[in-house]
Amino acid sequence: MTNDVIIVGAGIIGAACARSLAAAGCDVTVVDRGTTAGGTSSACEGNLLVSDKGPGYELVLAQYASTLWKAAAVDLTEQLGPQFPSVEYEAKGGLVVATTEAGARVLLDFAASQRSAGVDACVLDADAAHELEPDLTPGITAAVHYPEDAQVQPTIATEALMASARRYGARLLENTPVTGAILDSAGALVGVKTPAGDLRASRVLIAAGPWSGDVAALLGVHLPVRPRRGELLVTSRMPHRIFHKVYDADYVGAVGSDDSALQTSSVIESTAGGTVLIGSSRQQVGFDARLRVDALSEIAAKALRLFPFLAGAAVIRSYGGFRPFMPDHLPVIGEDPRMPGLWHAAGHEGAGIGLSLATAELLTALMLKRPTHLDASPFSAARASLAPHLKAASYAI
Amino acid sequence: MIQVLVIGAGPAGLAAARAARRLGASVTLLDSSDQLGGQFWRHLPAARPAARERILHHGWDTFQSLSATLESDGGCRIIRSANVFALETAAAGPGTVHVIVGAPDGVGRKRLSFSPDAIVLATGAHDRTLPFPGWDLPGVFTGGAAQALAKGERLAVGRRVVVSGAGPFLLPVAASLVAVGSRVLGVYEANRLPALVRGWLPRPWQLLGAWKKGAELGGYARGHLAHRIPYKLGRAVVAAHGTDRVESVTVAEITADWTPIPGTERRIAVDAVCISHGFTPRLELAVAAGCALTLERFVRVDDRQHSSAPGVYAAGEITGIGGVDLALAEGTIAGHAAAGGTIGDRALRTTVRGRRTFQGFAARIEAAHGIRAGWPEMLTSDTIVCRCEEVTYGHLCETAESTGSRSLRAIKLSTRAGLGICQGRICGRSVEELLACRAGGGLVDGVNTDRRPISGTIRLGELAAAVTPADSYRLTSTSESSKGTL
Repeated sequence: MTNDVIIVGAGIIGAACARSLAAAGCDVTVVDRGTTAGGTSSACEGNLLVSDKGPGYELVLAQYASTLWKAAAVDLTEQLGPQFPSVEYEAKGGLVVATTEAGARVLLDFAASQRSAGVDACVLDADAAHELEPDLTPGITAAVHYPEDAQVQPTIATEALMASARRYGARLLENTPVTGAILDSAGALVGVKTPAGDLRASRVLIAAGPWSGDVAALLGVHLPVRPRRGELLVTSRMPHRIFHKVYDADYVGAVGSDDSALQTSSVIESTAGGTVLIGSSRQQVGFDARLRVDALSEIAAKALRLFPFLAGAAVIRSYGGFRPFMPDHLPVIGEDPRMPGLWHAAGHEGAGIGLSLATAELLTALMLKRPTHLDASPFSAARASLAPHLKAASYAI
Repeated sequence: MIQVLVIGAGPAGLAAARAARRLGASVTLLDSSDQLGGQFWRHLPAARPAARERILHHGWDTFQSLSATLESDGGCRIIRSANVFALETAAAGPGTVHVIVGAPDGVGRKRLSFSPDAIVLATGAHDRTLPFPGWDLPGVFTGGAAQALAKGERLAVGRRVVVSGAGPFLLPVAASLVAVGSRVLGVYEANRLPALVRGWLPRPWQLLGAWKKGAELGGYARGHLAHRIPYKLGRAVVAAHGTDRVESVTVAEITADWTPIPGTERRIAVDAVCISHGFTPRLELAVAAGCALTLERFVRVDDRQHSSAPGVYAAGEITGIGGVDLALAEGTIAGHAAAGGTIGDRALRTTVRGRRTFQGFAARIEAAHGIRAGWPEMLTSDTIVCRCEEVTYGHLCETAESTGSRSLRAIKLSTRAGLGICQGRICGRSVEELLACRAGGGLVDGVNTDRRPISGTIRLGELAAAVTPADSYRLTSTSESSKGTL
């Protein structure tokens, strides 16, 4: 078998996988119907979080990812040179606060369970919390500090990983939609059709974020990735008054929920550019990108509960995107047992930026049949928790 | 009764409101300014009336008549200082328009929302100014800003001023400067005679109907002669110099595609410069409403001024830069159609004919005065392109090159160009053009800088607040603005 791979999707997951595979000596071609970082990867906050994950497989992946990002930030700068924009890696830490008694109990229990899984989750009293964030509302009932939370500028991070992949020899075909599968006589996937011609490889990796379900269907299998809309507000530049990723404890509940109705929870942070990002909403409305002022209004109201001083801040922009939602809240990483040659790296919901590097390492080890750094079976498309959500393969070519 | 919401109270919006009222529609007219008239008829506040408005303003009598009619009409609700911050589309009808009302720096601004049967977008245009070395120095003004200060405040931007750029707008800018006491040392039109002839000369009979326009420009030309202002073709201010503010400019000859010709530079001592390279239509609301754009990036409309979005009409500069007479004609047709009238109605006959005449005029302006591809040659690598975020030309080029990106969105996010307080209103088109010629094979992500879902700045506290029911809303502001409003 040759070491060639076609990656469908030039977002952060595709870019990270391309880099890792190309560095390992694979012959990699990335195809995207648009451009690098053209979808979810440039419509998010660039979170590298452990704080929002309870004990479980996703947390293990996130903990692994956080060690990888530290090194990658340095390696990318070295490889790409000073002309390349900085990925703005910043280990600023997260501060999760509750503003109700009930919220406090939930948060403190959650933090205790995380500590047992090795997360640095330090309970602070109100004074200590206000020392970290002097402008935080006085009305907090609990606060937990997560020094391991970090962030990158997600668009630049994606561009940097892709540029790095190309230096390792990966090819990038932008504006090239995949239109169908090429199967051999045994039914194995051996390439994809595009308007620019057929592309052949012994493996095809779907890394198309929220569109992964559509790509999978084109290739003939069902993958239950659904888009989950999110909106953010951006203020004008202001003097730095918010120093961590600060969020309301109910954010954790929103991340883990399956509810398709509008949910909002506060996630607030300053950017290197001096603006403040205020999120976020979660809503399952398909790929409907229409502005919803009620969602923005709710996000604004909740942000003011944490930082009342923001009432006078000027909102100059909003942006939104689609998270790749999985019904069992775990990404799919690995080969699809239903179709030889088809691989997945998709369904990271709101954690794709953070999990990208760990996903890429895991996937590369699986493809090259090397030992994996952590157990890959929980992310398999054959896992039990996903089975109820999988429809029979259609092979509708 | 049909509810028509008109956004923008410049010539097109005022004409639309009056036409819609003539057919009996209930009209709400919004404008972000605290006075009617838009940029074109910007004037001294009513508290400081001036006898000279008629001299400073083309069509002042038209404005007086339009505003008097609407202000005395109980069926037309006028809301000034109304900033539309979002337009939400709906399954049926033109959607919901979200507005914040009050002075931009005021407290206690109110949130309103409107879900009308029809929307007339008459949001106009703002100045387009190309970047060049030194354009960010204090003392360098857009033509529009200089004119607004002259018309609205009777302030002169400087004593020794040059006007540079392209288009017939240079003339009224110079005229308004002279009217407030500036000495205009020169007006430099970038395009050369052949371009002007190509634009203006063919089929001159089409211009017969636009005689008023000719008279308007002729008036400016006479003014120029009287004040001995040199009007030079094929020249441009290619750099502004000074430490704390502009002290001099370099004027050079430029080729037909606007590349500066070395060896032709000349320094002129000035204390202000006015630059205008035409106008950029204010498209954010049209884009938010889902209106299709033309290849030239104006709102595509049919002969009723109806856009591709159901119930959304467009008039004035957002359908093509054509000046006040075209705006008035389009506004009248849009308002008439929005209120349920048809284009064949007798009352519209003259207006429809007038629109055709003035549309030809708009095409001529573009042919004669349009921006040419060589302008980036004026830039140096340290020329700031995006002033809000201080992004230089060199940084844009470097980022496009190092990332290899062909995505406007990605390069904007990587460089922060166009992400500042003005949201690319000043630099957006320039950033697009600069990147399109830098990125290998051009930009391919199909994104442009006209999309702004938050169409006007709103404070977080205001966004969080509940909507004031529009029917219970009363204007609390001062002076004349309560007249004719709810």
